[in-house]
Amino acid sequence: MKFAVLRFPGSNCDQDCVYALNAIAGASADYVWHKDTSLAGFDVVVIPGGFSYGDYLRCGAIARFSPVMQSVREFAASGGPVIGICNGFQILCESGLLPGALVRNRGLHFLCQHVRLRVESNASRFTNAAVPGQTLNIPIAHGEGCYFADEETLRSLQANGQVLLRYCDAQGRPTEAANPNGSRDNIAGIRNEAGNVFGLMPHPERACDPLLGSTDGLAIFHSLMKGWTQPS
Amino acid sequence: MDTTFMTPITPEVIAKHGITPDEFTRIREILGREPNFTELGVFSVMWSEHCSYKNSKLELKKFPTTGSRVLVKAGEENAGVIDIGDGWAIAFKMESHNHPSAVEPFQGAATGVGGIIRDIFTMGARPVFSMNSLRFGDIRGDSAEARTNRRLFAGVVEGISHYGNCIGIPTIGGEVYFDESYAGNPLVNVFCLGVLRHDQIARGGAVGIGNPVFYVGAETGRDGLAGAAFASRELTEESKEDRPAVQVGDPFREKLLLEACLELLASGCVAGIQDMGAAGLTCSTCETASRGGTGVEIDLNLVPKRETGMTPYEILLSESQERMLVIVTKGEEEKVRAIFEKWDLPYAEIGVVNDDGMMRVREGDSVAVEIPARKLADDAPLYSREAAPKSRPEALDLSKYPEADCHAALRTLLAHPSIASKQWVWRQYDHMVRLGATVLPGSDAAVFIVREAGKILAASTDCNAIYCRQDPREGARIAVAEAARNIACTGAIPLALTDNLNFGNPHKPENFLQLREAVEGLAEACRAFDTPVTGGNVSLYNESPAGAIDPTPTVGMVGIVEDARHITTQFFKAAGDAILLVGEPGDELGASHYLLAVHGMKAGPPPRLDYDKELAVQGAVRTLIRAGLVKSAHDCAEGGLAVALAESCLSGETKFGAAVQIPGGAKRADVALFNESQSRIVISVDPGKEAEVLTLLAREGVPAQKIGTVTAGPDLEIQASGRALRWPLAELHESWSGTIPTLMGA
Repeated sequence: MKFAVLRFPGSNCDQDCVYALNAIAGASADYVWHKDTSLAGFDVVVIPGGFSYGDYLRCGAIARFSPVMQSVREFAASGGPVIGICNGFQILCESGLLPGALVRNRGLHFLCQHVRLRVESNASRFTNAAVPGQTLNIPIAHGEGCYFADEETLRSLQANGQVLLRYCDAQGRPTEAANPNGSRDNIAGIRNEAGNVFGLMPHPERACDPLLGSTDGLAIFHSLMKGWTQPS
Repeated sequence: MDTTFMTPITPEVIAKHGITPDEFTRIREILGREPNFTELGVFSVMWSEHCSYKNSKLELKKFPTTGSRVLVKAGEENAGVIDIGDGWAIAFKMESHNHPSAVEPFQGAATGVGGIIRDIFTMGARPVFSMNSLRFGDIRGDSAEARTNRRLFAGVVEGISHYGNCIGIPTIGGEVYFDESYAGNPLVNVFCLGVLRHDQIARGGAVGIGNPVFYVGAETGRDGLAGAAFASRELTEESKEDRPAVQVGDPFREKLLLEACLELLASGCVAGIQDMGAAGLTCSTCETASRGGTGVEIDLNLVPKRETGMTPYEILLSESQERMLVIVTKGEEEKVRAIFEKWDLPYAEIGVVNDDGMMRVREGDSVAVEIPARKLADDAPLYSREAAPKSRPEALDLSKYPEADCHAALRTLLAHPSIASKQWVWRQYDHMVRLGATVLPGSDAAVFIVREAGKILAASTDCNAIYCRQDPREGARIAVAEAARNIACTGAIPLALTDNLNFGNPHKPENFLQLREAVEGLAEACRAFDTPVTGGNVSLYNESPAGAIDPTPTVGMVGIVEDARHITTQFFKAAGDAILLVGEPGDELGASHYLLAVHGMKAGPPPRLDYDKELAVQGAVRTLIRAGLVKSAHDCAEGGLAVALAESCLSGETKFGAAVQIPGGAKRADVALFNESQSRIVISVDPGKEAEVLTLLAREGVPAQKIGTVTAGPDLEIQASGRALRWPLAELHESWSGTIPTLMGA
């Protein structure tokens, strides 16, 4: 199984994702430049974190027009798995591949810290190696990670089981205090309706090496590597 | 129409450029004629303290700069380079952006970060982490001054966060102090470290006659000119409104520049490379020519510009950010162009290396500047300023400072903004990108795994400016010792250091004395700890109307951890562990934070540093760590043993209590708890290993004793000088962690 890690100008977690996938998760990953248009030979697309195009207009707003994103849209439309981490999640929302938007953190500050996440469902290709209700310790690092969607969208996300990760406390309760950025419904990660596109603000690549304090991020990568078929 | 050639060079114009009559005579001798206005501007920036170190260079020569690990010495290039083994090396340096940050904290700090990062990748190194040492006036209270200080603090932190986070270089540690002496004149010292293979060291020399000179990066604008001189008034009147006083940073542009330059250097097409920092195009052309023993000729008409109608004076003195000068091996131009185009960077071939030793700047057919490059870059006048006679700080008369309520005093110390938890600061910095931060900010030193090299580094910035105010020589010695001690507490061996010397106006004899004393103290300590100086920065003229800042010779030290199993943190790990004090209980209260925070005084001599004792304590703790016997190690610094114990209880994810009895015969509990005697480290060990550890320490001849036990809580209990004190952990935690978020409105 071959992972494509996209590189936009301003991506800065691209090297980390490749390292975590290749050196720790035991996968095979390689870079794909934003001016490239072919994803042939790749089984999974990873859109890494960073500040694509400086994020000057709005996070992810320019990256959606990048040549490679047209290919990602086609890849996703044909059922290929796509995971967007942090800036990658923002790009997926801007591209319309995921519903909702990510806005400034509630406290208006950039926040880099470990958070706890509750796995809401393991019936997905991104979480099938985890147990429902399990709490994961994975760090966040963002200034604009407050997930926002209107009531109707939120209801449909919940109804379809599209919310895969919620910010929670050490006991697994999605409390207000455990919500670092003001995300609606404590949402940290969602999938699309078809189940093959996943965006999350936390950085699983930063929680793979035990020397960094947690290996819970491997649950996400190992889920992808196991392969999983959406029950019809 | 450029009229600057015609601006007459009157004594007033010369004086406004900060050039003395003697210096002007020297300029005439170098040129063999009168300089024109543009040339005068070029000399004024190159011979400023910032570029030439003319007031400090004679002192800086006292630093030890050689050692078995030194690959590039201080002063040779943009940053020194140190061997870390297996063909890998590190380049690191610290630099100040004090004055810009005082005017515009966000951009001032941001461009400071950008500048130091460029210094590192100019060396061919990939920047892997940053740190910073920040100082502000008091942020407590409702006064206008306190509000200003809070605004500066918030702005600087946000500026660092903005630039560092966007470019993707983790900010993994540092220090923040608050003291009235920095009101109106904050210090923003930024540190960056990069990693490279020995054979990747890039040089900043314009070598190879006939080689083309490329400009790459942001277009040149009028920003940053005001810092260089008075240009705005003398030049076009209408340009004034366009000209911000401080440069504006663009971390995205710098990220592209960083990736493009590293790709370029790896391509083998580069003969020399130099960033454009202070004095921009001027400094980079004459320095590369001087280093290469060549001349450089450029044409300003070819320089990418973001504004129209810029004069040669403005183009040469602009400090626009995110620009580099690259000397390309002739014949490789197409490869170079392809790389710049891949990264969507503006670039231009603007000149050529020649053999006549001149820095020649053309504007089309006319010559705007023609100056012997080496004399401009390296022959600035050097001054040894007058130093005031030395005076010793008065001995401390403790009877003037009666013992305070020790229970309240510990809470006061933990709530002092300089000691209180800085989590509010560092959680705004992305400290985890690049997958290296194995010891997070908030421990004694940061520990970082350099993935590309498979090496683990520890790094710490230190300076206790109260010590330096009371005795600059002793304070500087202690800054080095404390940095080495912090490094030792993580299990690392110190390698080398960079320094940032922040002082007041050197023309005032008392300030120059502080500079000289501090430099000699640093130099002496660097020899004692075998940590050569790899370079650094001097920032003088740090004064506000209230006077000079306390002398602040900040050091940034780097060490190496040889095995991941050695990595050690400062916080307690398990109830039941024995708490040991390595070193003596101590009794020196002079220049302490207790006197400052509780009695409101900076008084008495700083504690005395004994190198032999210090080296023995550090060596012994490192030996114990390497033997796998130490669960936590934390040095005693501001606030003494009591603060060190509280921090070991509070700073981990799980909070622990402790029951401690402070040995020694101190008559006063405040002396026992809060003295800042040097060479002391608090360690915790498995109760089963306690005897083995004490035996080992005795064999090394290091004084040590068990002083207590880690408990599951809920209190920190300390017996000292016949008093039994008890603090609920929750209260201490509130004082320590709540102070800064509360002051800053979360």
